[in-house]
Amino acid sequence: MDVIQANDNIITVSSLAKKFDDFTAVDGISFEVKKGEIFAFLGPNGAGKSTTIKMLTTLLHPTSGQIILNGFNPSRDKDGVRKSLGIVFQDPSLDDDLTAFENMQFHAICYKVPSNIRSSRIEELLKFVELWDRKGDLVKTFSGGMKRRLEIARGLLHHPRVLFLDEPTLGLDPQTRNHMWSYVKDINKKEGMTVFFTTHYMEEADRVAERIAVIDHGKIIAMGTGDELKKQTNSETLEDAFLSLTGHKIREEEATGLDRMRRMGQMWRGKRR
Amino acid sequence: MNVIYIMWLRQLKKYFRSKSRIIGSLGQPLLFLLAFGFGFGAIFKKAGAGNYIQFLAPGIIIMSVLFTGIFSGIDLIWDRQFGFLKETMVAPVSRLQIMLGKTLGGATVAALQGVIVFVLTLIVGFRPHDLILLPVGAVVVFLVALLFTSLGIALASTMEDMQGFQLIMNFLVMPIFFLSGALFPLEGLPKVMDVIAALDPLSYGVDGLRFAFIGAQSVFGFGTDMLVLVVLTAVLLGLGSRLFERIQA
Repeated sequence: MDVIQANDNIITVSSLAKKFDDFTAVDGISFEVKKGEIFAFLGPNGAGKSTTIKMLTTLLHPTSGQIILNGFNPSRDKDGVRKSLGIVFQDPSLDDDLTAFENMQFHAICYKVPSNIRSSRIEELLKFVELWDRKGDLVKTFSGGMKRRLEIARGLLHHPRVLFLDEPTLGLDPQTRNHMWSYVKDINKKEGMTVFFTTHYMEEADRVAERIAVIDHGKIIAMGTGDELKKQTNSETLEDAFLSLTGHKIREEEATGLDRMRRMGQMWRGKRR
Repeated sequence: MNVIYIMWLRQLKKYFRSKSRIIGSLGQPLLFLLAFGFGFGAIFKKAGAGNYIQFLAPGIIIMSVLFTGIFSGIDLIWDRQFGFLKETMVAPVSRLQIMLGKTLGGATVAALQGVIVFVLTLIVGFRPHDLILLPVGAVVVFLVALLFTSLGIALASTMEDMQGFQLIMNFLVMPIFFLSGALFPLEGLPKVMDVIAALDPLSYGVDGLRFAFIGAQSVFGFGTDMLVLVVLTAVLLGLGSRLFERIQA
């Protein structure tokens, strides 16, 4: 029984914790994500979502607990984990001074996509996100939605087993948002790629996710399908369910040095987004 | 194509695409050449030390390599800020390769900047003493570029944002430049200045390039110059990769 379960799950997290000095960002969470599942990870600001994603994607070392992703443990085999996942970060992570094609090429080389299929796969994906005719343009000339689409195409380039999307639809209009989800769901179906995403749009989570986990103050406080969560809290919508689980208090996130500098850089370079 | 190459190529593409940065960075060396070169030229000659432009040009070339190198390294903070660093950090490649690619790219850019300033010095009237020694000069320039790009990356790896940048400029980069003998001969100085100049890594770069370009009597000995530059570059590369590996995005 145990073995079958282990094979069914592409992500297994047990008692995972992360402490920063005296602040506990993630406080001993455990959950599983099944192969091919679309899994939403919800929580208010500062609940521990991004910290969890950073640990799952090898960017942060856990203080304690264990992660197994696609059979690899990020503490022992980082590259195994890294090869298995694609990620679209909350903040943009493209090189604005390179073209769309060059950004894709850079990624393909880092992930060792064989050179004979590199160009054809980049072409296929750029067409998929409808950016092929802009392939030679510098990314700094792109709108927010175009950048997002490029990041999604890039995240899919090496055929990851798990795709992480950290607030992928933030600041996108409904058209782009729908477009994006139809790509992602399409690939999820065709390739059996697991999708792990966070969002603040409850309606989106309800519509897209097969299972939802709600995290608050570093702990998972509810998990199940959208309907289960609604039933559990006697709510009409997932938004109400979410509010009844996490309360109405507005959370403050402290600005980090990075945020301050991002602002400074924006003034300097006159950047958008 | 591997990761080191693509990182290197990225630095170069970014450099050639920022025409305003290239042109802007020529202002300072030109100003130094004109103000110091011609301003002090007459006094220098009167003191019996010869043509000041000849003396100054290698110092100014090295200066521009120093500044560009440090900037190319510190560039890492921008990568971090604009998120691109995260993209490289989740990739299944060793941190050492990322860091080496970035260093080599930055150093190449810095060395190219040195070449451009060299052309500038030719326009202002500088004449290298022996063309056969030009490749030797190129080696010195590239070593200096590598050294200070590594230093920039090591510094950037420990910095969260640009807040400390002024501090580094005023208390590290400027002293390294002004006390290196780039502007004045290291002979007949007060004892304290002798010691400081000998501790300044840039002094060896300036000394080495002067030896190659104007056939000057080397202050430290050309062999010593090269040894110091090579050893220090190796140390800083090692330190840089250590610090770089510790970055958690």
